[in-house]
Order: sequence, then C-alpha cells, then structure tokens
Amino acid sequence: MDPKLATASDTVIELRDVTYRVNGSSARPLVSGISFAVARGETLVLLGRSGSGKTTLLRLINRMLVPSSGEILVNGGPASQLDPIRLRRGIGYVIQEGGLFPHFTVAQNISLLPTLENWPEPDRSRRLREMMQLVGLDFTSFEKRFPRELSGGQRQRVGVARALAADPPILLMDEPFGALDPVTRAELQKEFHALAARLRKTILFVTHDLREALLLGTRIALLHEGRLVALTTPAEFLRLDQPEARAFAASFDLTPGAPQ
Amino acid sequence: MSPWQFFLSHRQEIIEATLAHLSLVLISMLIAIAIAIPLGMLAIHHRGIRALALAAANIFQTIPSLALFGFLIPLPFIGGIGRRTAIVALVLYALLPILRNTYVGLTSIDPAVLEAAEAMGMTNSQILFRVRFPLALSIILAGIRTATVITIGVATIAAAIGAGGLGTFIFRGVAMVSDAVILAGAIPAALLALLADLLLAQLERRLRVT
Repeated sequence: MDPKLATASDTVIELRDVTYRVNGSSARPLVSGISFAVARGETLVLLGRSGSGKTTLLRLINRMLVPSSGEILVNGGPASQLDPIRLRRGIGYVIQEGGLFPHFTVAQNISLLPTLENWPEPDRSRRLREMMQLVGLDFTSFEKRFPRELSGGQRQRVGVARALAADPPILLMDEPFGALDPVTRAELQKEFHALAARLRKTILFVTHDLREALLLGTRIALLHEGRLVALTTPAEFLRLDQPEARAFAASFDLTPGAPQ
Repeated sequence: MSPWQFFLSHRQEIIEATLAHLSLVLISMLIAIAIAIPLGMLAIHHRGIRALALAAANIFQTIPSLALFGFLIPLPFIGGIGRRTAIVALVLYALLPILRNTYVGLTSIDPAVLEAAEAMGMTNSQILFRVRFPLALSIILAGIRTATVITIGVATIAAAIGAGGLGTFIFRGVAMVSDAVILAGAIPAALLALLADLLLAQLERRLRVT
C-alpha cells in the first residue's frame, strides 16, 4: 500500500461508495461510487473539469447535500448522524470570490464563527488579530474595511482567515483562487502552500488547474463525469496512463512558459 | 373665495385634518409592515404561503379603493363607518408592495454569500436575520416607500366612509363645486406624499449595501 494513503487510525474523512443524484432526477448521478479516505494533515486535491462532481463532493462532506447511497465518515462518525450545524462549524469552507458578507467589515467577517459561538470578547479580538496576521493583512488598515473596498486577492485572504477563525480541523476549499489574476493567484498559492504545511489541517481542495493541484496536493484525486478515475501522488500523476489524466497532462504541457 | 384666503381662514381645521390624515397613514403602515415583513420571511421557505400571500395581496390591490371601503362597511368587527374600517382597507392596499419587495429582497441575495453562510454552519434563522434581512433592507424600504405614497393618496378616499383626514375637504369641495376647498385637501396630501417619498428615499440610500 502506498505510504501516502491514509491508514485507518488517522483517517479524518472517509467516503464509502458514495453516490449522489438530484432527487427524482433520472439523469446520471452527479457523483457515483466514490470511495476514498483523507488522512489527518494531508491536502487532497480534487481535480476535474467543470461538472465532474468536485463541488458536489465537498457539499456532501459538510452535509449541505445528503448522499443518495453510500456513507461518509467524518472523524470516524457517520456524517448522516451528526448535527449538520455542529458538523459545519468544525469544517472551514472557502469558496471562489470568498463569499464574504458584503454588509460586514473584514473584522466582522473573520469573527463570524467566534461570534456565533459566543466566544468572550478578549478571545475574539485576539483570534482576529492572529488570523489577519496569518493571512498577511495589516490589522489597522483592513479591520474596518468592507469587502467592496478590497481587491480580489485581499477578499480571498479574508475568506481563508474566516474559515480558519474557529480553528476547525478540516478545511474545504472550492476553487478559492479561481477568480484571481495569474500573478495574485500564484502568490496566494505559494503562501497557502506554506500555511497548509504549518497548520496541519486536513484539507480538501477543489480545482480544475493541474498546476495548482501539483503544487498544493499531497495527493490528487481525479474526477471525470462523477467518477473517481485516479487517486495518486503529484509525482505519479503525470505518468498516469489514464485518458482523463493524460488530457490534463497534455493541457499542462501546452501552457506556454509552464515550468518543467 | 381664493384658495389662499380659504387656507388662511381654515388653517386650524386644515392642520387638524392633516394630523388626522397622517395618523391614519402611520397606523395603517405600521400594521401593514408588521404583517407583510414576517409574511415575506415565511414565504421564502414555504411555497404555499408564498403563493397564497402574494395572490391575496395582488387581489386586494386590484379592487378599486372606493369599492373596497364600500365592501368593508357591512362586515362585522372590522367594518362599519369610521377610522377603523379605513385602516383595514389601507392596510390591505399597503400589503402588496411591502410583501413583494420583502420577498424579492430576501431571495435576491448573492448565492455565494448564502452558500458561505450555510457552509459556515449558520442556522436558517441566523442566515435570515443576520444575512438576508440586512442585505434586503434597502429593497424592503423601497416597498415601504411605495406603499406609504399610495396610502397617503388612498387615505383621502377614506373620508367617504367618515374616517376624517384631508379627504374631508376634497369631498366637501366636490359637493360645493369649490376649487379652493378641494385644494385645501389636495395640496397638503400631495405635500405629505412628496415629503414621505423624499425622507424614505434618503433612508433607503443610507441602508443600501453594495
């Protein structure tokens, strides 16, 4: 067995033969027969084209969707038996464009969960400063700004800080850097790579960008038309003899100026 | 008698009628808001309530106001002659714009914001009161503004069923064929409507989140 694959003892998320189809729909399931396990501290990248089922998988894990069949275990317990609100508060979530609340300041956005969880004020403001420092936002100049007063990259930093504020052991990220310009995106990818290594969170990271997958993933799960077609390390990925993996690798080769 | 002379000689009466008019409008608006906003909130998660409430409010809006006042007179409890009946009718008219804007405002939130709210573990009521409602506030207020302006106008007709207010002058003026008397009711009513429109528009701008 590949040493990078999760062993039973430190498995944080496990999917067992998970299928999801929209209620009553006869179309092909959005995801079908998916099984994999994610180990503590690893960054599993879900790679695939649009419509391959990546986002659906994230939404199944935090129970925004319920599987049509199969089982999902989070921290060893079946997600279907956990209170969805408690489950989600233990799972940070970052989406494209951040999904920040436009009527909240940076500070209010980041402090959302500590506020909902009624943390005492000193803890909340200490945590806010920590988080802003962590994602590289100067406290005094950004604390009172609204999302509309931020650049795309800054919004994304706030999104990450908000997701980490309540110190969840799991982080789900849905193309968090997808809407950024290439330069900002590369900067944030590098910073996030360092951050992930330091924080030791269990991360599921959705992207359709192979370069991002190779940079950030400890393993890459390749999805195609709702099925898991490959699950491997970044080093192995480019050598895979699987049509969809080769299609991704080919697109990567064609990128002008792509590093070898 | 010129309108100006009539204004001067009846100013006490006109001020009293304006105040009566204003209180008729305020009471009706407060009741309409208290009904329409919670109903709009319920409508976002209950398809039945949504269909029923919007259809009912739409129907009231299509009944000519004079006819609605007339229909209400014979009804027990809410009917009869006077202010109470007028308030019931005015509330029914004000419901639709507030209800519709509340519903539209609460449901036209950026899906990414709602997705994040749900994924962060906010409960439905937290999402409603801390995310949807504040973001919908300026649209809801636009509905309240429309309803207020309509109510100030329709309230003049309430004088026909003895509810008092500025309509008293208008009906009296029509009966006397006197422009001066009509204007004594019409001008303050128009000014009230303009003023309310202006003030509420300002508040609406202040509450808008971009």
